[in-house]
Amino acid sequence: MTAPLTAPPSGIRFDGVQVAYGDTVVLDGLDLTVEPGEFMALLGPSGSGKTTALRAVGGFVTPRRGRILIGGRDVTDLPPYRRGIGTVVQNYALFPHMKVADNVAFGLKAQKAPREEIAPRVREALEMTGMAGYADRHPRELSGGQQQRVALARALAIRPGVLLLDEPLSALDATLRSDMMGELARLHRELPDVTILYVTHDQVEALTLADRIAVMDAARLQDCGTPQELYRRPRTAFTASFVGTANLLPVTVADGGVDLAGQRLTVPTGDAVPGATATLCVRPHLVGVGAVPAADGNTLRGTLTGIQWRGATHRLTAEISGHRVLADVRELREPPALGAGIDLHFAPGDAVLVPAQLAGGADV
Amino acid sequence: MSSATTTRPATAAPHPEAVRAPGKRPARRPGAALWALPPVAALALVFLYPLALVVWQSFSPEDGGHSTAPYAQVLAETSFRDALVTTVGIAAGATAGAVVLGSLLALIIAFVPFPGGRAFARFIDVFLSFPSFLITLALLFLYGTVGIANGLWSDVTGAASGPFDFLHTPWGVLLAEVTYFTPFVMRPLLAAFAQLETGQLEAAASLGARPARIVRTVILPEALPQLAAGGALVLVMCLNEFGIVLFTGAKGVVTLPVLVYTKAILDGDYTGACVVAVVNIALSVALYALYRYVMARTAAGGHRRAAA
Repeated sequence: MTAPLTAPPSGIRFDGVQVAYGDTVVLDGLDLTVEPGEFMALLGPSGSGKTTALRAVGGFVTPRRGRILIGGRDVTDLPPYRRGIGTVVQNYALFPHMKVADNVAFGLKAQKAPREEIAPRVREALEMTGMAGYADRHPRELSGGQQQRVALARALAIRPGVLLLDEPLSALDATLRSDMMGELARLHRELPDVTILYVTHDQVEALTLADRIAVMDAARLQDCGTPQELYRRPRTAFTASFVGTANLLPVTVADGGVDLAGQRLTVPTGDAVPGATATLCVRPHLVGVGAVPAADGNTLRGTLTGIQWRGATHRLTAEISGHRVLADVRELREPPALGAGIDLHFAPGDAVLVPAQLAGGADV
Repeated sequence: MSSATTTRPATAAPHPEAVRAPGKRPARRPGAALWALPPVAALALVFLYPLALVVWQSFSPEDGGHSTAPYAQVLAETSFRDALVTTVGIAAGATAGAVVLGSLLALIIAFVPFPGGRAFARFIDVFLSFPSFLITLALLFLYGTVGIANGLWSDVTGAASGPFDFLHTPWGVLLAEVTYFTPFVMRPLLAAFAQLETGQLEAAASLGARPARIVRTVILPEALPQLAAGGALVLVMCLNEFGIVLFTGAKGVVTLPVLVYTKAILDGDYTGACVVAVVNIALSVALYALYRYVMARTAAGGHRRAAA
């Protein structure tokens, strides 16, 4: 009988965390709670502050303001070696002079685990990641995907309550990345008590793996919610454009709908005040080709300016009242010619109003 | 109860991209060896020929002919044996001191941010170009009988002379050599530390390792080849060091290079000087060969273990 593979569940709380280098603020006023056992993805472009947030949890950067709590304990001023966190980074960061087993045992020895416990726990962590047959290898003898599994095993061997993953799949090719995503999802299922903070700029990884996604941009938290919420009901134009592909159209709120360049569209407006400007968000795969009766949806008439064959689908690009609109439709047997007039439609319930953004148009 | 589950068969086949075939070299073009002739000829003219002359002279007793008699005579002298012991002792001590001090300073410069750290690192490069006697002169100004330290002592206590009087002893030579040769250890170490992946240090820290353990188990093992190279270089240079011993004026400290100088210049015993010089060269070459052997074995051991 061995002990459970992880420590008691520990959540993470960012409480107004600000990190700055001189006058440059790289993380500004982050308030975020990651529940115990939750898989939270920090998603954003380069320079958005997501890695800084993760490094602040790890203790590798010191916040100028705010507190960080892990399992209710304030760790803001604790050095990394006293936080009990597992870390996996993009380039694996395995110790090249140690064999796989020694790499995995490193944390156990550092934490002075009883000698008789080390070998079973190393074996357990390697089995967990499917690397039990590689214990006597050196890292240089392993592929990138295998090295990343060892890095995961090394982090899991100390039974951390919190696991920090900093773009762990970025260095892998597409096939390996897909395999590893499956492995990470399985690990999350099998280790429900481990709280995972996962930094990525890849929306597919975030949508596939995370329980919730925190969208970051320009050193700030822009949005936070489940992948479905963020995809179907984004709260900002940035979220709509960064999480998936979106048509973002500048509109004016009217009674029972919105006006797009003089055309009335029926969409839910929520609390929006008539006359206010807003951005209408419609996902390309929810846009169909052809006109529909007004009772069934909104029809947009424009000109076809682009067509891409994508195997199972066609991506159509149309110009409608000066705005670019994308439609992902099932492969067309007879695609229309470029420059031809085209009708596109979408259902009222498939559109979402978000606060106005400066630049309109589709964001791919 | 274990929650571990194996989902993938753990096959032990080596990853094809990860295992290189060691020792394989591309085929050489015919005639490529001709390019090596000019440098080899120049080397033979300016180095190998004079070296051969020294070796030849060492087998040429003053009464004519060629024999090993000069070796039997010199090796039997107490002064030679004392010089050999002194040379090896000071070289080993200075190397150990330079390795310890150099490692500490390099670790601080590389991993402990402090104002002026970069300038200090650049000064190391400049320091390497200094002649060795300059360091000895600086130490004489500091710790010589009329140096700054003794002067301050006299000013403070009113004593006629200060307590620092070790520069003319083996300890003085040791201090000067450690001071001069420490940067020779630091330079390759700093280059090695610069190559270390920050992620490794952060991963080690997050796994619970304190700074001392990270240095001992991650940083130094990864920098071991560079540390060994620096240490071997310093050891060989210390064995052959002449200027520092001469400038400290330590009359009781006779090393092999000093003995060569004494025999050749002061005693006019060229054959004896050549014998000592050949022994000195043999010692240096043997130590270098030992270093290469140990490093090759270490690397080969790693490969063998890795391939097992």
